[in-house]
Amino acid sequence: MKKFWALFFYFWPTVTLIVCGIAPSRGWWFPSEAMTPLGAEIDGLFYLILGIVTITFIGTQYALGWVLWKSATAEEDARAHFSHGSHSLEMIWTIVPAIILVFIALYQMDVWAKFRVQASFPEEAKSSPIVEVTARQFEWRMRYPAPGKTLQNTPQPDDLYAVNEMHVPAGRPVRFNLRSNDVQHAFFAPELRVKQDAVPGLIIPIWFDIPKPGKYELLCAELCGWGHYKMRAMIHADPQEVLDEYMDDLQQEQSFDGVVPEAEEDDE
Amino acid sequence: MATASPAIELHDDHAHDHHELSFISKYVFSTDHKIIGIQFLITTLLMLMIGGALALAVRWQLAFPWTKMPIIGDLFGLITGHGRSIFAGEGGQISPEFYTMLFTMHATVMIFLVIIPILAGAFGNFLIPLQIGADDMAFPVLNMLSYWFMWPAIGCFFISFVAGGATAGPASGWTSYPLLSDLAQAAPGSGPAQTWWLLGLTLVGVSSMMGSVNYMTTIINMRAPGMTLFRMPLTIWSMFITAILQAFALPVLTAAGFMQVADRLLGTVFFIPSDVIVNNAAPTIGGGQPLLWQHLFWFYSHPAVYIMLLPAMGMVSDMLACMSRKPIFGYKPMVYSMAAIAGLGFIVWGHHMFTSGMNPALGMSFMTSTMMIALPSAIKTFNWIGTIWGGKVQFNTVMLNCCGFVAMFIVGGLSGIFMAAVPVDIYFHDTYFIVAHFHYVLFGSTLFGVFGAIHFWYPKMFGRMMNEKIGQLHFTLTFIGFNGTFFPMHLLGIAGMPRRYADPYLHPWLEHLKEMNQFMTYCAILMGVAQFLLIGNFLISIFNGKKAGRNPWGANGLEWSAPSPPGHGNFDVPPVCYRGPYEYSSPEAEALDQDYILQTEPPPKAPAMEGGDES
Repeated sequence: MKKFWALFFYFWPTVTLIVCGIAPSRGWWFPSEAMTPLGAEIDGLFYLILGIVTITFIGTQYALGWVLWKSATAEEDARAHFSHGSHSLEMIWTIVPAIILVFIALYQMDVWAKFRVQASFPEEAKSSPIVEVTARQFEWRMRYPAPGKTLQNTPQPDDLYAVNEMHVPAGRPVRFNLRSNDVQHAFFAPELRVKQDAVPGLIIPIWFDIPKPGKYELLCAELCGWGHYKMRAMIHADPQEVLDEYMDDLQQEQSFDGVVPEAEEDDE
Repeated sequence: MATASPAIELHDDHAHDHHELSFISKYVFSTDHKIIGIQFLITTLLMLMIGGALALAVRWQLAFPWTKMPIIGDLFGLITGHGRSIFAGEGGQISPEFYTMLFTMHATVMIFLVIIPILAGAFGNFLIPLQIGADDMAFPVLNMLSYWFMWPAIGCFFISFVAGGATAGPASGWTSYPLLSDLAQAAPGSGPAQTWWLLGLTLVGVSSMMGSVNYMTTIINMRAPGMTLFRMPLTIWSMFITAILQAFALPVLTAAGFMQVADRLLGTVFFIPSDVIVNNAAPTIGGGQPLLWQHLFWFYSHPAVYIMLLPAMGMVSDMLACMSRKPIFGYKPMVYSMAAIAGLGFIVWGHHMFTSGMNPALGMSFMTSTMMIALPSAIKTFNWIGTIWGGKVQFNTVMLNCCGFVAMFIVGGLSGIFMAAVPVDIYFHDTYFIVAHFHYVLFGSTLFGVFGAIHFWYPKMFGRMMNEKIGQLHFTLTFIGFNGTFFPMHLLGIAGMPRRYADPYLHPWLEHLKEMNQFMTYCAILMGVAQFLLIGNFLISIFNGKKAGRNPWGANGLEWSAPSPPGHGNFDVPPVCYRGPYEYSSPEAEALDQDYILQTEPPPKAPAMEGGDES
């Protein structure tokens, strides 16, 4: 029975390693590869940590299994080794992890700065947000400036609106403002590796750069009420001409006064 | 205090206490720390089952969304007395607002009514006086009140279930972020239910605060002669550090709670900015800031994570040393690392807020401090493994649960590194990866530690042993069920599945995760069922367990020199402490032809002083 238990503590980390090993092939992994360059950097950091963590996991779990196994196979009348510890071992396992942890922390700073510190945003994203995303229970509202104008923080009469559909140009960094109308929400685009809370009373600038045109998921990641799970929207990264067309359509649709040309002479 | 001069002030006043106590004052409104500890233990085990049932309902919805709940769906029908389910409108299924209530109350019950009180309340109360050689707590009446303030808290939480109608329980998550929690119109559960929830939270805090004042005073002032600080068992160190954490962090939460109550009832706007329109209500007047709540809340709740972990670390250290028949590896590094965790614990709260919109420079500093807090945790892990290394391991329920604790703590600690790294946390924040992480720490570590501790100190509580076979079976099933439930959550998190979704499969790109969720639910049911083994073993052994002597494990602590169960006043002979708590297999012990040596055992050539008789 002793050996069984020692093997038990060898066995389960092995199972978890196998599960993790087959996970990517079973679809239990990232929904897709990162669709933004910054997202790819985040993934890189993830895999770096994953590597360090996996080595530590194997080392410590199997060390636990090994010390148990050693005791389980020791002679019946053996006495425990009397020791209060070892100063040099303590030094080693304090200093080595400390170096690794400080390294991990410092290594992350750049990517974080690029994502959130405005001074480190790419030039194109340093100013002129192209859309204001406002979260409310339980939908995403977009407010675009009229073609040729710039986005103001207060709504303008000629602003264009859309719901649950966000159109941005592909192939260049775009900046947008995130707001909330009611409670707290979070803008989560898993394929883009972007997440930012929308906080009532704050206007938070975010940027991303989607090289490949396409449709990407947008969902809410901060509990916002009973319909939290329903806040599904799409981010369309369009080539500039498709985007212009969309904006024109949007403008026509919204400036349409309900009057068809034949009936032009009709007054109100 | 702990000087070499033998006991003067101890035990001189309890001679007059030996009059017969009525049943009520002996077992109900008792001021005896052991009874209070056992009251806490039984209450929290009961709450554990309730919290577990709530969790199973959550799991049910995630595995089989919008299908009728098997038992609970009907049960609510019985409670309402109509013989029909309150969810009749939805065909007995979980509604989304009910789902948000479920995970809110699951977390509330588990954190505030199980984990915190089972560690500090149950084991803190039971063990502190026994392990330091005191006859009771410094303030016995305060101690009694600390238990009895739990019940109004439980009552408030229960009222919060029903105050707004059965489908409008508190539903802002245990973190209760404004404005969802602040504005009554924001959600069905943000009505009266939320106010009752906040009241319950405050009362739990009052109970904890009474406990922690008591623990600090008792540990500082009431140690037996010879019990110097560095002869204290690590359990006592951990309880001491926890009490300090609690005393310094809790007032912030209490204040924040009152601010939220004021926002809700008095029309203040601490957390409410202007012009917010919730559910077509009138725009708010505003001037407040929702992030303020998050800072205040996490200033308590991050240290609280360590309040929920440190005592388990201490107890596991005691048990590992005993079951390995070996001194703890690196006693002082263990103490210092606990102190470091507590100190750093106060400056890492911001890592819950990386994506919240606070100043990004803060994110960087909080990342660094958070990485640093992994260091003392790593040191502790290495020391635990070092303790087992070369030991004569007793493979019993206690040891298995302790090894489970160490193994699970490694997973929980390592997964924490991902989210401590801000850029990686951008992706993982509020996904199931977080859920996996904190369940590995709070359930995997703390509860396995607690399971071990229940088996270990049970003979001291009741004078009988718990059944070993059932104990091992309980460990095995819980361990398998636990890992089957929570390990896949890491993968769900990597796959991007957000937390707190009533139906993640509304999103087509998450649909393929349903099978995995079903597997997890089956494992969770297994784990839930396994807890009946523990409860059954616990209750039946009180009457039928094998009788235990004073020191069934051959352990060293002062508590093992007292009778099992100890009478009123604990020790029949006032204990004097001669050595550290972990001198297993020492040459001194060998001279006595045993592999342990009680802290009360006088050294062979010491001047004759009364010592405990361990046999």
